[in-house]
Amino acid sequence: MSSETLKLGKKKQSIFIDKVKELLPEGGNLGLCLTCGACSSGCPATGLEGMDPRKFLRMASLGMDEEITSTPWVWMCTMCQRCIYACPMEIDIPQLVYYARSAWPRESRPKGILGSCDMALRNDSCSAMGATPEDFSFVVEDVLEEYREAQPEFKDMQAPIDKKGAYFFLNQNSREPVTEPDEMVPLWKILHIVGADWTYGSKGWGGENYCMFLADDEAWEHIARTAAKQADELGCKVFLNTE
Amino acid sequence: MKIKFTVQDPCQIVRKSFGDPIADDLRFVVKTLVGEENFIDMTPNKSNNYCCGGGGGFLQSGYVDARRQYGEYKLKQILATKADYCITACHNCHAQIHDLAEHSGANYHTVHLWTLICLSLGILGENEREYLGPDLADVAVYGA
Ligand code: SF4
Ligand code: SF4
Repeated sequence: MSSETLKLGKKKQSIFIDKVKELLPEGGNLGLCLTCGACSSGCPATGLEGMDPRKFLRMASLGMDEEITSTPWVWMCTMCQRCIYACPMEIDIPQLVYYARSAWPRESRPKGILGSCDMALRNDSCSAMGATPEDFSFVVEDVLEEYREAQPEFKDMQAPIDKKGAYFFLNQNSREPVTEPDEMVPLWKILHIVGADWTYGSKGWGGENYCMFLADDEAWEHIARTAAKQADELGCKVFLNTE
Repeated sequence: MKIKFTVQDPCQIVRKSFGDPIADDLRFVVKTLVGEENFIDMTPNKSNNYCCGGGGGFLQSGYVDARRQYGEYKLKQILATKADYCITACHNCHAQIHDLAEHSGANYHTVHLWTLICLSLGILGENEREYLGPDLADVAVYGA
């Protein structure tokens, strides 16, 4: 055993990867790596910022906390979990990446993700584009009216918001109502012709959750709970996430 | 019309949630819509599929060059199928795969699943065709 290993062994209790292991079921298997490289060879983020999943895990295991909590690579791993799928030990590297993201000071995290999360916290829509519940219902009603008139087969089509007791609670990516409202219509038509009983919610309709990507636990839980609570209050049975 | 289609398995609903059974359902729907002979799968696929690079916040992270470099895997996979359309059932995938084509000059189109369902049913109006290519833009326009 090299002296370096012994030296690192002494600090073991305080290193980042041990804290993460405590948080994960089975410790995310983070200590079981065989260094086979199956994760890295099939990871599209391999090579970006000179990093790859095996290297990231090895550096974490060696206690190189400074490096793993400052490399921008953590924002380039999409947490797609292909590495877990490929790994003989099912090691949860993406969860380690998630905690490395959360080790960044909030204001230093990527501006685009931060901004989208903060937008979603502005009002009950939880929309990353900041649209209010009023904006949303205006657009939905306006588009629905237009299509009912222009396309007679759909004169009875519905796009309800807060319909009590609807079976399906459907959320909606903000991009459509905000920038390309006509793109909401094909899905409404499909739901209409199959006779689905569905509703949007005035609260929590925004389908995207950038606070989760930001690794801001409190904020992403707030967003998920706002949508779930609205679905419960309306008595909906199935939450349909279109994201 | 000899138009060929491939489909992107979203990591979120396939590998991370329901696995291969839902990927098979997705293929059942797509093949029913476009015809079995017009569907070409990417390799690898289903639970073993490569992420497109739009997930995890990458689209909003500001690391645009890195995102497109990540997407090279996906771009090559799509180009290898020689498909004219990549069908995406996820919002992030749609945005990323669309951007990969625009940026590289690849000539496939990126289309939402809902667009193709409505097109096949003959209920897709003229304003709902933003992502169709010229080959399908005027096909079975509802109300025309
Ligand atoms: S695939 Fe698993 S065991 Fe192999 S190097 Fe990666 S993390 Fe380690
Ligand atoms: S989760 Fe991250 S490290 Fe694992 S394969 Fe996907 S991008 Fe690579």
